Amino acid sequence: MRELLRYLKNYRKEAVLAPLFKMLEASFELIVPLVTARIIDVGIHRGDVSYIWKMCVVMVALGLIGLICSLTAQYFCAIAAMGFSTELRRDLFAHINSLSYRELDQVGTSTLITRMTSDINQTQTGVNLVLRLFLRSPFLVAGAVIMAFVINAKIGIIFLIAVPLISLVIYLIMKATVPIYKNVQKTLDRVSLITRENHVGARVVRAFGRQKEENEGFDAANHQFTQIQIAAGKISALLNPATYVIMNFAIVAILWFGGWQVNAGTLTQGEVTALVNYMTQILVALLALANLIVAVTKAIASGARLTEIFHMESALSDEGNESQTAPDGAPKVEFRDVSFRYVGGGEPALEEVSFVVRPGETIGVIGGTGCGKTTLVNLIPRFYEITSGSLLVDGQSVDAYPMEQLRQKVGMVPQKAVLFKGTLRDNMCWGKKDAADEEIWEALEIAQAKEFVTEKPEQLEMEIQQGGRNLSGGQRQRLTIARALVRKPEILILDDSASALDFATDAALRRALREKTAAMTVFIVSQRASSIKQADKILVLDDGHLVGQGTHEELLRSCEVYKEICLSQLSKEEVASA
Amino acid sequence: MKNKEIWIKVLSLLKPHRRNIIGMLLLALVSVGFTLYAPILIGEGVDQIVGPGEVYISRLLTVLGKLAAAIVITAVTQWVMNLISNKVTYRVVEELRERAFAHLEQVPISYIDKNQPGDILSRVVTDVGQFSDGLLMGFTQLFTGVVTILGTILFMLTINVKISLLVILLTPVSLFVAGFIASRTFRMFQEQSQKRAELTSIVEELVGNQKVVQAFSYEKEGMERFNEINEQLRGCGIKALFFSSIVNPSTRFVNGLVYTGVSIYGAFTVMNGGISVGQLISFLNYANQYTKPFNEISSVVTELENALACAKRIFDFLEVPAEEPDAPDALELTGVDGSVELDHVSFSYVPEVPLLQDICIKVKPGQRIAIVGPTGCGKTTMINLLMRFYDVNKGEIRISKEPIRDVTRDSLRSNFGMVLQETWLKAGTIRENIAYGKPDATLEEIVEAAKAAHAHSFIKRMPQGYDTVISEEGGNISQGQKQLLCIARVMLLHPPMLILDEATSSIDTRTEIQVQRAFHELMEGRTSFVVAHRLSTIKESDLILVMKDGNIIEQGTHEELLSRGGFYCKLYNSQFAPT
Repeated sequence: MRELLRYLKNYRKEAVLAPLFKMLEASFELIVPLVTARIIDVGIHRGDVSYIWKMCVVMVALGLIGLICSLTAQYFCAIAAMGFSTELRRDLFAHINSLSYRELDQVGTSTLITRMTSDINQTQTGVNLVLRLFLRSPFLVAGAVIMAFVINAKIGIIFLIAVPLISLVIYLIMKATVPIYKNVQKTLDRVSLITRENHVGARVVRAFGRQKEENEGFDAANHQFTQIQIAAGKISALLNPATYVIMNFAIVAILWFGGWQVNAGTLTQGEVTALVNYMTQILVALLALANLIVAVTKAIASGARLTEIFHMESALSDEGNESQTAPDGAPKVEFRDVSFRYVGGGEPALEEVSFVVRPGETIGVIGGTGCGKTTLVNLIPRFYEITSGSLLVDGQSVDAYPMEQLRQKVGMVPQKAVLFKGTLRDNMCWGKKDAADEEIWEALEIAQAKEFVTEKPEQLEMEIQQGGRNLSGGQRQRLTIARALVRKPEILILDDSASALDFATDAALRRALREKTAAMTVFIVSQRASSIKQADKILVLDDGHLVGQGTHEELLRSCEVYKEICLSQLSKEEVASA
Repeated sequence: MKNKEIWIKVLSLLKPHRRNIIGMLLLALVSVGFTLYAPILIGEGVDQIVGPGEVYISRLLTVLGKLAAAIVITAVTQWVMNLISNKVTYRVVEELRERAFAHLEQVPISYIDKNQPGDILSRVVTDVGQFSDGLLMGFTQLFTGVVTILGTILFMLTINVKISLLVILLTPVSLFVAGFIASRTFRMFQEQSQKRAELTSIVEELVGNQKVVQAFSYEKEGMERFNEINEQLRGCGIKALFFSSIVNPSTRFVNGLVYTGVSIYGAFTVMNGGISVGQLISFLNYANQYTKPFNEISSVVTELENALACAKRIFDFLEVPAEEPDAPDALELTGVDGSVELDHVSFSYVPEVPLLQDICIKVKPGQRIAIVGPTGCGKTTMINLLMRFYDVNKGEIRISKEPIRDVTRDSLRSNFGMVLQETWLKAGTIRENIAYGKPDATLEEIVEAAKAAHAHSFIKRMPQGYDTVISEEGGNISQGQKQLLCIARVMLLHPPMLILDEATSSIDTRTEIQVQRAFHELMEGRTSFVVAHRLSTIKESDLILVMKDGNIIEQGTHEELLSRGGFYCKLYNSQFAPT
């Protein structure tokens, strides 16, 4: 949390002035009971009407100055708190942009979203509250105690007993409930989990006839949740009554001992009422402080989650890399004994993979789930750093390129078809900022998306909802392919990105790619043998090893794994007739 | 649903707890009464200590004794009231959640298909919580608030009518001030929450798809878009934050004015002998506290409105008609031979879009039926009908000559082993998941099923073997492994009929061969319906149903369909046409 405080640096003035003005306001609040006391002691007891009017003016003036101080403080608070969160958010966003796939895998994007949104909001609330109340409440308490001592030292001792006692009660109750509330959250998560599961898996639950058991499981979790909440509630229910009792018994004590002192002439009636008022103020301030501590604890926890992200350093760096040019006759992509291991993964995901791809070739990559196909293609734009060996694009090692130059060469179509909110044109321009309409239409045509786009009345201006919800899976996939094509990449990577297309569309897409983009080097990752069997070269992966490379016919003869894959998917004639 | 109806339903929900609620209200009455009595006693106490030699110790002692008693009574009643209200609140939550969840298990699958999981989740979890918090806590607060206001007025009137009127008339001024500021700032809040929503959605897109962003080097543009909204949020956020935080100081200022007014007028009244100093103190106390319940009530009212809105959402859900229950004379479907007959079946999800029309299919025991067609052609519709997730509109489906409408759903479904494309596993151990359909299965049976599904070897390699816990998203096992577990789950049951939905499409290709072999054995003598993409599977089927746009347009064997030269033939050729 402390290192996040540097985001207040630009608001140092506001961050100092806000609490100061708050304290100023509090001081005026502390004077009011004294004024009341004077009205009683001087005004009423001596019958001094003009004095009462004077005090009246003083009170109004105090209120007015208090209001002005408070508004000034709130204004500074708002600027500082919003400035803090705005800059924090900006930096965190930039930092997330700088993370490589390795770190993104580690934390997971859904956590990053929560941290960008609710965690930052939480810290903003924390900063705001701290600036407003963190000095004010203790100041009020201390001030009230000091005022009590100024009025009468002996009565002041009652304050010295009551204040720690109230604080202790608040502390103990909070200490007892905080862990229970954590538990509450955990059991509530369980209740949510079961609910979600039973919605998503409704078919399975019913297919297996398990409604009754699921009900029982839910009721058990639900009941546990209730019990814990009631247990926590029992303790928190003590807070108000207990502090109320302490405060009021302190008032009883003030009246009792005050009575003796007044009798002896060392205290006045008005002063007794002032003391009673101070005691009331103290309780209010302490309870506010308790709430504040809860909010600040949450903010600190959120802050810790944020710094955790800030501490993540990108594994990749392109600092000092000069723009590279391709030597003549260099292969487009070359893997030399490339091995790769995911962080925390035991076995290497790829082991000593070597192959050469000439410009304009179409490469098929096939193998079962988890064999390393996606990993292999992700290494080309340097999304991950290879563990050993060397990987060359246009004859140069990928880590010699400036990141932007390297990635500009590559058009990537990931497995998950993701589109963004905005018009279809906006989405297409992801690939190339200033793409002309003709370029977009051309890409759409190759991606087999032209037909359905022309059917839409808005054409390129068609609004796409967040995540592309208003399109079917197949349409989304074709648009993501078009998006990559708009940039006219030198290397196009289709990572299992035709899975939602039917066979006919899939075939038409491959035909169009072959005809219209002859100079483009294309990687097609697929589980379907039929999708890759026409490729110039097929790479067969099995458990991280490259177990075969060559054309369909060559591999059928030489590669056992490839043969098995083909036989499981195609009939004998089809395997042979390729 | 009108508010009145919701209230009636809410009341019926509270009825079992009426004793506790009445007790709670009585305690609130006592607690508020004594809380309000305390300032009067304090005032009386002050009256006993006028000045040197004018202190009436014995009377002071009596007053303080009364005060101490009042304090203790207030505290105890408040405490007990809190306890009861907690208990009632959480019990009502529990009951309501229980009902909502039980209902979730009963609503038709069509309802589930139509609604996002997040929607139902928020009804069962968030809404129920907010409802009870808002309703019960809100109700107690409202009640104590009203009692406090009435009590304060009453107590004040007994002391002095004029000052009472002063307090009663002046205090609401601060409420007007608060209301005035709130209504003026409402727009700013709207603007802020709109900007915040915009920011969240851009974060969801760009951070959620960070990998795509990086793949397209979109970082800079993304950052620009983000910064723009971020700065806008800063602008309207400062305004919203500032104006919302001036409500408190402003009302405090107005209250201070009222306090001053009461002090002055009270002081003059004291000098005229109208009231005592102590009574003035009591008045000042009341003036300080009088606005509090008003503020509370106004926030409680919004809370209650919110609670009512939540209640409506919950009741709306509870009133979704449950699946039509099994007929009272429904039979248990046993001794199934595996014959399935679709007799002039028509079906559609929405009346305007007719899907299956007048379909007749006869499946002999042990046959394998492949359902093929382009994506989105409605292949899962068949599964929905066979398992009675949906009911046919017209015609009849018979299994072993028994119309499936006349048998219990559970017994019907237990005759099918189902593996869906979307692998669904429970959060729990691998063992629990395999034994899902047969919780009392022995470990040997489970291991055997796992072996048959070729899942045993990877399970063995997991850190805790069969006791490995699968996390919520199943992050610790791969999609293919999940599918193997789903297959093992069915293997354990040996159902007479199978429904497989592209079940093997994402398993490791080599494992797949073995799994297919295992399925082959499983399918021996069992009727099976396979939603398939692989031609090898399709070609070995006894009957192929070709679906397009939700309807079955062709049926027959591979050879028959090819020779017919229809849609299937085109589909088949398109896959292997030279590219």
